[in-house]
Amino acid sequence: MKTLSGGEIAAQERLQSCLHQLKHFLPAQSPLKDFIHHNTLHAFQHLPFHEALSEATSLFGYKVYLSLHDYREAYLKGHIDEQALNFALSSTSNPDLWRQKLLHAHYNQVELPRIGQLKAVWLSKYRINFDKEVHPFLFRLLSSYLDQGISIWNFPGSKKGFFKAVQELEKNSHSSLFETARARKLLLNDTSMAELLGLVVGHDWHEQYLFDQQFAHPGWSGMISVLEDHPEKLLDQRKICLEDFIRLELLMEINFLDKKFGSNWKPLSELIDKIPQPLFSDTGKQNEKHQVLSLWQDAMEWSFYRQVIAGIKSKPQVKEIASPLPSFQAIFCIDDRECSLRRYIEQLDPQASTYGTPGFFNVACYYQPAHSSHFTKICPAPMEPRHLIKELEAKKKHKTDRHLGKSTYGLFGGLLISQTLGFASAFRLLINIFKPVSSPAMVSSFRHMDPKGKLTVHTVDPNHKVHGLQVGYTYEEMAQIVEGQLRSIGLCGPFGELVYVVGHGASSVNNTHYAGYDCGACSGRPGSVNARAICQMANTKEVRETLLKRGIDLANTVFVPGLHDTTRDEIQWYDTDVLNAGQLEQHRAHLRLFEKALHLNARERSRRFVLMDHKGSPEKIHADVKLRSVSLFEPRPELNHATNAVCIIGRRELSRHLFLDRRSFMNSYDYRQDPEGNYLYGILKAAAPVCGGINLEYYFSRTDQYRLGAGTKLPHNVMGLIGVANGLDGDLRPGLPTQMVEVHDPLRLLILVEQKKELIQSVIQRDESTYEWFKNQWVHLVAVEPETLEMYHFKEGKFTPLEVPDISLPEFDTVHELISMETENLPVASLKS
Amino acid sequence: MENSIFIHVFLLSTVLGFVLSLVMPAKEERALSAIAFTTAGFNLFGFLIFWFFWAWQGFPTLNIKEVELYHTPGYSFLIDFFFDRITATYYLVGSLLTFLITVYSRYYLHREQGYKRFFNTIQLFYMGYVITIFSGNFETLFLGWETLGISSFMLIAFYRDRYLPVKNAVKVFSIYRIGDVGILLAMWASHHLWHENITFIKLSNFDLVHEHLESHSGTGIFISLMILVAAAAKSAQLPFSSWLPRAMEGPTPSSAIFYGSLSVHFGVFLLLRTFPFWEHQFSVRILIAAVGLSTSIVTVLIARTQSSVKSQIAYASVSQIGLIFIEVAAGLHTLALIHFAGNAFLRSYQLLVSPSVVSYLIRDQFYHFQPKHDSLEDNLPRKWENTIYLLSLKEWKLDKLLSKWLFTPMKRIGHQLDFINKRNMYWFFIPFLVITLFTLEHEQALPQSVHDFLVLLYGAIALLFVLKSFSERKSPTLAWTLILFYHTLMAVAISFNEHFDPKDTMLYLSGVIPAGLIGFACLKWLQSKEPDWFTLQRYHGHSYEHPRLSFLFFLTVLGLMGFPITASFIGEDLVFSHIHEDQYLLAFFNASCFIISGISLVRIYARLFLGPHVKTYHELPYQSS
Repeated sequence: MKTLSGGEIAAQERLQSCLHQLKHFLPAQSPLKDFIHHNTLHAFQHLPFHEALSEATSLFGYKVYLSLHDYREAYLKGHIDEQALNFALSSTSNPDLWRQKLLHAHYNQVELPRIGQLKAVWLSKYRINFDKEVHPFLFRLLSSYLDQGISIWNFPGSKKGFFKAVQELEKNSHSSLFETARARKLLLNDTSMAELLGLVVGHDWHEQYLFDQQFAHPGWSGMISVLEDHPEKLLDQRKICLEDFIRLELLMEINFLDKKFGSNWKPLSELIDKIPQPLFSDTGKQNEKHQVLSLWQDAMEWSFYRQVIAGIKSKPQVKEIASPLPSFQAIFCIDDRECSLRRYIEQLDPQASTYGTPGFFNVACYYQPAHSSHFTKICPAPMEPRHLIKELEAKKKHKTDRHLGKSTYGLFGGLLISQTLGFASAFRLLINIFKPVSSPAMVSSFRHMDPKGKLTVHTVDPNHKVHGLQVGYTYEEMAQIVEGQLRSIGLCGPFGELVYVVGHGASSVNNTHYAGYDCGACSGRPGSVNARAICQMANTKEVRETLLKRGIDLANTVFVPGLHDTTRDEIQWYDTDVLNAGQLEQHRAHLRLFEKALHLNARERSRRFVLMDHKGSPEKIHADVKLRSVSLFEPRPELNHATNAVCIIGRRELSRHLFLDRRSFMNSYDYRQDPEGNYLYGILKAAAPVCGGINLEYYFSRTDQYRLGAGTKLPHNVMGLIGVANGLDGDLRPGLPTQMVEVHDPLRLLILVEQKKELIQSVIQRDESTYEWFKNQWVHLVAVEPETLEMYHFKEGKFTPLEVPDISLPEFDTVHELISMETENLPVASLKS
Repeated sequence: MENSIFIHVFLLSTVLGFVLSLVMPAKEERALSAIAFTTAGFNLFGFLIFWFFWAWQGFPTLNIKEVELYHTPGYSFLIDFFFDRITATYYLVGSLLTFLITVYSRYYLHREQGYKRFFNTIQLFYMGYVITIFSGNFETLFLGWETLGISSFMLIAFYRDRYLPVKNAVKVFSIYRIGDVGILLAMWASHHLWHENITFIKLSNFDLVHEHLESHSGTGIFISLMILVAAAAKSAQLPFSSWLPRAMEGPTPSSAIFYGSLSVHFGVFLLLRTFPFWEHQFSVRILIAAVGLSTSIVTVLIARTQSSVKSQIAYASVSQIGLIFIEVAAGLHTLALIHFAGNAFLRSYQLLVSPSVVSYLIRDQFYHFQPKHDSLEDNLPRKWENTIYLLSLKEWKLDKLLSKWLFTPMKRIGHQLDFINKRNMYWFFIPFLVITLFTLEHEQALPQSVHDFLVLLYGAIALLFVLKSFSERKSPTLAWTLILFYHTLMAVAISFNEHFDPKDTMLYLSGVIPAGLIGFACLKWLQSKEPDWFTLQRYHGHSYEHPRLSFLFFLTVLGLMGFPITASFIGEDLVFSHIHEDQYLLAFFNASCFIISGISLVRIYARLFLGPHVKTYHELPYQSS
């Protein structure tokens, strides 16, 4: 190897840091099976929200707000109210002037983002378009290499890394990847990225060219970047790195240029007449259109926030009496989809109390289902669990379906099957259209775990490790988990006879993004294993003894786990054999109540499903709602997190009187139990990135369905089981499909915390990455002073008092009265009962 | 008599359904989908009733002579319908699938922009489908065939604001049109072979066919080959196979019905329909089987390497159709029909459930993971395995091959006329036209050899104009005017050829000229509105801001390309009948002009009105999507 000069070393270092930066900006979406919500614009999170959005727009051309027309229409319809608009305008120097601009100005100039300007020189000078000439085959090669199981004939020799595998394919073949000799030679000689850039681009502009080149197909590049750092995200692992991919792309560009022009072409930097804008130049300058849009966005957000704030403030003053023993207690996930179910349960049994917490229930572990050799993580994605729970003695959970198998693609297999099974498929389609039933193609949350199987919750031997993981927990670890869970939600007694712990999951068919419908706190899996595990822990004698010493008395209580299927509105219960006769009788009574609550919940959800028949009893509507999860033709089995906008961290009393239209994450927290703020720290550390991530992914997928969202799912084509693309030759489409976000109003999350503002301030500053969310207002934080309900908004690093809006909320006797009104978002309302 | 009432009602119901859905306002989602599935459902149940009636008569082959749309001595344009078990099978499968998929799409497309456009197009497709399978002669068949081509273009370009769907729609449309050259030339040659518009019922008359082919075996082979070209293009057989996976750009149900099942089996239909004609041409049968066999082998290899689910289904389907070609060639028609139905059902179902493969196969992998599974090809020597793998990954370069041998040469010829531009074009056209008319005036004075030469010259110039239009990069107006001019020239050239009947020429030009002029006005208007965004260099997406103009212009495109919405469609056929049997070259020029002008016009439309919108003040897709 030749020695490098100082200049070359510096250049190489620059390239490496450029690659690093590039990876930071690329979409960070995992393969489909591990779909996890995150802030789409995470790379800009170090900047204040509106500033970051302005930068993202001028750099990448993203559309980060609704259109001016949409805002104006919302204003005319009253969805953006006058006071909120004034509130937003009050931040400007001349509110009247800006008001005119907001309402009447036109901004129709055509602006090009900074990305892509350099690459455009190819088109203007040489009339060549690499998107058309290079991308399709490059994508196909890459997708075949990464493919997890669609192709029947796999990429030969794929174990040694992408570049090596391609080299071998090229070397040992009668045919070539390229049409020209030079590209072939450069490939076989292992030419470095810097040298190839020198050939294609010339001396300068390397960094900018890499950005331009990779952001012409951010989907695939982002996927490579994720897999480079986390190869374990594929079951059938592949070695790949972005640099190798870029080398191959450069080689294909050289090949194409050679093919088209022979040796008569010059590198790009010698073709430039007009110097393109550097990518990372004049940051922070916002143009007027952007400012107008950001003001509209603030106005729209505060139109809703003000209702919530007024609602919390209007909490009826109930004198705190020593509460009687609750009829039962139920712990649900923080998820916004549980918001309404909890409301119905409380409404049907006012003596019951419900709690919310991240749905992994403090049991952070990997899970290994019976009959599988793979582990799957069932706790929030950033956590690194050290435990494993195995499933034993379970039945097989899945059936096979020849229509989805590979035998139909062969010549003779196809010949036989098309003339036999082919006719069955017409019949199946007929049945599925007119009477949909469950099929092997379906994803059901209940199949995550066999109710009759056993879980290794208790460890037999703490020193026995599988892949470095401890199988099961010791009694001390269990006691810590249970105590931590109960104290963080302020549930320390007295306990009713039954405490339910209900995780959640979803069911759907024909849904490539199924993982995004399950519990986000369980890394996109249903929460049944976690619920069962914590209940088994809390029901263990040794654990109870330890907890008693720490002031938590569970002697007369049994924990019962369950799983709420949010699509079908069904709950499956587990381990009810631990109940004694009396408890079982109580449990049966509660089941009837849950059943009723689920019917009502399904009916409330159904108001958004326009094509459904909304007449009839809740039972009938519920039956129709269930069909959505098994209907092939239903692109919206449920609406998932759409419309989420609030996260309330505090006691249930704070919002129990409110109708929040399933828009609220709810984490129970009792400020009285947490004078140090330690539990709050844990909650916020999870809530900001998890709920905030969900919220912002919905936000950006909604505002730009082409570049940040995945667009309509109807034409999607599954690539290698890892992502979706449009058609055959397209780039991967990260983000959420239109069908998930179309009813979502892009509002940032409003996090309300019931705690003293000084304590909150100190808590959020403990962790820099969490603090970024609040400091830069990627979520809005409002402190609700306990008792007085004074509210403070966190702005520019400190809490400033919020005026209580002068809004009187509509009052309703029953929810049904309210929800039968319309399919749009409903205002926050207070409920009399 | 009763039979014909049934057939009439079936045909009319599809036309009625299409018209109804066209006039229904876009916001009436329920009504739009209801019209669609009622139409298909009506036909489905109507057929079931008719089947008993037909069975009771003992499954006779029916021929229903319909209207004579145009008649001159020695020529008549006849609409004719036909019903036999091939029609019955296609009708049943098509109606059932259309019915199921329209019901399916009612929910699946809910809230989708273009809901109306989707159902309009499905209705148009179904109408074309029914006309094609019921057709009793080539003319009627071509009527349906053209409708299928256009509806196919519209469905692939359904997401018209993205780059790839539009690009692929133009590409698929081009290949369809190339295949149509086959049908046109087959029609032309059979005019001369039979001296009438031969009906399919007469084709099944062995003695008649035998007698004619006896003396014109060359023409017979020619017709058969042209039929094969048309069938191969439509059914994605070699060398055309690569269009099929690229057509999967529309919503999944439309891909399922079109490219998974119905549209792609039309090549098979054409072969079955014309079987009596080439039954005794043994070499043709061998050739058809060879095309089928080679397609089967190549596409099954390609299918095995596909890493995307839709392209895998597409290639698997094509390989089965290759087998069906063999079955047809071998005369195993019942088997071919069963195979067709099974393949159509299977592939549409597979496409519809294709999003489910993620969860299904991941689950399968999760439980039965094998790090390396062996495939058949591992038994090959490594070098050969790699070679075939790489070739299959490149789709045996089929896509490149077509552009290299077909489209690039066409463009290269067109570029020879680059000295014509939008400023000087009239300086070429007008004097040329004047000279032509002058020559025509003094036609009688010319010797026969000059006469023959002039005819060919005009044909060649017309083709050059069309190619120039096809390769034009800058001015839409120029590209448009060239097409208009080609029609005029061709009319003149044919007038030279035979005794001049102004009525025939008028008929030919009656649709083309008005459409051309209105389209020209549309272009001028667009140019005045969008002077900066008016070239053929890129896609502009003007339908975003000018949807009405876009629609009107699309109609004029159809008019100018001789689509059966104006009388020019008949005129086109008439022009062909005036080309003599030995004028292969002229026939070729005319057919090429007709086909390529269609491609060029659709290209103008796509470049101006479709694709990502040039104005960037709203959300914009990537080029790579």
